[in-house]
Amino acid sequence: MVKPIIDDLIKLLGKDNVLTTREDLICHSFDATADMPSELPDVVVTPHTKEQIVEIVKLANKYMTPIYTRGSGTNLSGGTIPINKGIVLSMLNLNKILEIDAENLTATVQPGLVIQRLNDAVAPYGLMYPPDPGTVTTATMGGSVAECSGGLRGLKYGVTKHYIMGLEVVMADGSVVRVGGKTVKNVTGYDLTKLFVGSEGTLGIITEITAKLIPAPEYRKTMMAVFSDLDKAANTIRDIIGNKVIPATLEILDNVTIRTVENFMKIGLPVQAEAILLIEVDGIKEVVLKEAEIVEEICKKNGADEIKVAQTDAERDGLWTARRAALPALAQVKPTTVLEDATVPRSKIPDMIKALREIAKKYNLTIGTFGHAGDGNLHPTILTNAEDKEEMERVHKAVDEIFEVALKLGGTLSGEHGIGMAKAKYLEWEFGKAGLEVMRKIKEALDPNYLLNPGKIVGRG
Amino acid sequence: MATVYDSLKEVKAELMKCMKCGNCQEVCPIYLEVRREPTVARGKIKLVEAVLDEKLAYRIGDGFAEKLALCLTCKACNAKCPCGVKVDKIILAARSAIAREKGLHPIKRMIFSVLKRGGLFDLGLRTGALLQGLAFKKHPTLFAGSPRFPVGLDMRRVVPPLASTPLRQQFPKEIKVQNPVKRVALFTGCVMNYVYTDQGKAIIDVLKENNVEVVIPEGQLCCGAPVYIHGDVGTAREMAKANIDAFSPEKFDYLVTACGTCGGSWQHYYQELLAEDKEGYGDKAGEIGKKTLDIADFIVKMIGLDPKKLGPVERTVTYHDPCHLNRGMGVSKSPRDILKAIPGLTFKEMKNADRCCGGAGSFSLTHYDLSMDIHKHKTEAIKATGASQVVTGCGACRMQLTDGFNRGNVNLEIVHTIMLLAESYRNRK
Repeated sequence: MVKPIIDDLIKLLGKDNVLTTREDLICHSFDATADMPSELPDVVVTPHTKEQIVEIVKLANKYMTPIYTRGSGTNLSGGTIPINKGIVLSMLNLNKILEIDAENLTATVQPGLVIQRLNDAVAPYGLMYPPDPGTVTTATMGGSVAECSGGLRGLKYGVTKHYIMGLEVVMADGSVVRVGGKTVKNVTGYDLTKLFVGSEGTLGIITEITAKLIPAPEYRKTMMAVFSDLDKAANTIRDIIGNKVIPATLEILDNVTIRTVENFMKIGLPVQAEAILLIEVDGIKEVVLKEAEIVEEICKKNGADEIKVAQTDAERDGLWTARRAALPALAQVKPTTVLEDATVPRSKIPDMIKALREIAKKYNLTIGTFGHAGDGNLHPTILTNAEDKEEMERVHKAVDEIFEVALKLGGTLSGEHGIGMAKAKYLEWEFGKAGLEVMRKIKEALDPNYLLNPGKIVGRG
Repeated sequence: MATVYDSLKEVKAELMKCMKCGNCQEVCPIYLEVRREPTVARGKIKLVEAVLDEKLAYRIGDGFAEKLALCLTCKACNAKCPCGVKVDKIILAARSAIAREKGLHPIKRMIFSVLKRGGLFDLGLRTGALLQGLAFKKHPTLFAGSPRFPVGLDMRRVVPPLASTPLRQQFPKEIKVQNPVKRVALFTGCVMNYVYTDQGKAIIDVLKENNVEVVIPEGQLCCGAPVYIHGDVGTAREMAKANIDAFSPEKFDYLVTACGTCGGSWQHYYQELLAEDKEGYGDKAGEIGKKTLDIADFIVKMIGLDPKKLGPVERTVTYHDPCHLNRGMGVSKSPRDILKAIPGLTFKEMKNADRCCGGAGSFSLTHYDLSMDIHKHKTEAIKATGASQVVTGCGACRMQLTDGFNRGNVNLEIVHTIMLLAESYRNRK
């Protein structure tokens, strides 16, 4: 079974683009998600053209072999793990910018392009592609579109699906379809573009992406506010938005994270503080200055113990240090870092943080929480050791409870990481049996043999 | 307790720091060319884990050794890693394990055994210097020649000629000055001793000019980096000890190097290699390591740039950061301070000045095409500055830049930072 398809793949792609050594397979058996089962694929292929991908899909059909599309493998929900064995399809060779259309504010790119490269290429036009995941310098456009990733600018600019206008997709039967396009207004038929964005490689293989660009903000102002009381921080978040200021970024760090970062970095963070808010407003200079003033006032009014406003780029970098160090500092405490992205309506952030604290206590775990307070997307990060079986059982129970609470608060399972393998079992909690069945029908209509990224999002009924 | 060079298990704590985020992909020069996971730190870490978990067996010349060979030890991933994983340590530990358990490639074994025998190495290279006219055709403009027939080098390659008289034979062991302010021991390293004696002379001139006494201990060998980087820990230890023995009897304030790899050996690797040594070489290595400084750092931090000594050099230059000098020894500001201090000199920063030139010692011998693919970006970045001369702080980088310039049809001179400083001093007189 395996040998003949490998022979056919070599005939199609040449020996150099068909990887079968144990070393190559091990290196494609995992992604950036902690505490996930891993599996060796049978083969890794590195095509250079869409036509080759079509032929690979036809071979997959001939031999009934699953295909897992993979970009940089930086995803955080087990989305690219080849759990049922088969073909890992690396898109890294399809990495060109096909067009920058400054007049229509679009860019058309191949999926293997690293997101930052797109931003570098459109910067000279005074434009930007707003989705800004933490891995913007390594993650590919294709992976980012497939996972519908978010990032630090979500509050003002939204997530990936708000910027994808058109796609070319190779379907499970090898047919090629184009959906959406360059027009701002496009209401023709079902919104298939949005269907494929965030489909995590389960409905089709994205081979071309037309993205919306926007004028890059000309000015920005950054500040940090320290709070001894979580509710005061929460009120600040509410009041900023209530006062019609939408910061580009509004981040929170909880006490565990503050203490951990300070322990590693010694940058003078207030270790007693309950929360730190990091706020950045951007746009036209005059507006930004006014908005920054409003934000500062609101922080003061809500009883911030300390407010630092960056006057220079260096000071801005200084303020961001703590946020950037959050995950690495937490990751250095213990060997396994289970990072979740439970998301709640932003008014529920204090409830969520308090619940996380109770969960940590209940299961005797260390949970550091930081994340995108402005859009309600939190990253509770459980510090554990995958080799400690007993502790991992408690971790799994805690994770279950985190999602339970998030949903109870009117939230969602994932703000930006996607479902993949990691959260598939919770999907029914959010959608109900009927909702899950709708998803399954879509999956089976487009990929009846479960050839595309099986085991992710929805399993066989 | 064993060191990571004696037991792969000892590297486990380092492996566990990696959270597989993949941030290393942004900066790995090899990954950026090849775009395959096993070439980037995250992939290699996974492979080492697999070996320790007995999920991957390995033999010499097999996939594991082949994948682990694909690293420039440029440390760009170390610098990028949010979790502070010392990837180079993992690579060296794995290569040591491969060499220890499966043996060394016979050609490497032969070369390393010559390197550790200073006399034989010296004789070989001096004979080579005499005969090189037969084997190499001189390049019309670059300071280099190309092989007339395969001598173990890629035929497309150009290499600089061996010096007719090595540096150490050109100078007495001790170079006295009147009223010395400091006394330094000079570690010449192979490339400076046998190839680029011009930078050695410049260093000695600059030191003399600043009333620094120089001792060039006899019996010093190659620093051993090419040996331990390929996992031959036994030979590397012998070489480290021989170097420590050569320098220990001398009295000096600082041991000065002119190459980040040599300097790094003294600053870090000798101590790590000899940490468990029963004769106390680890402590001796530690003492000399503390006194080791790169020449640019020594001049800027210990002597100071006296404007009265500096004459004009009317030229536009750019600076290439050698990986082991920049990320290994933390020296990147001092060379720029020197360039900026020279009157008349226009310094233009190139794009990604700290990106590896692709040389990485013998990597360019074993993976020539890939090495040149990586180098292309460097040539382009240099060309874009419009500089008429390239400055760097490493002889091996000079060689790689020369070869890359030959392939890219660029005719720029490549000099060591201190050569420009020496020129500035001369122009004052």
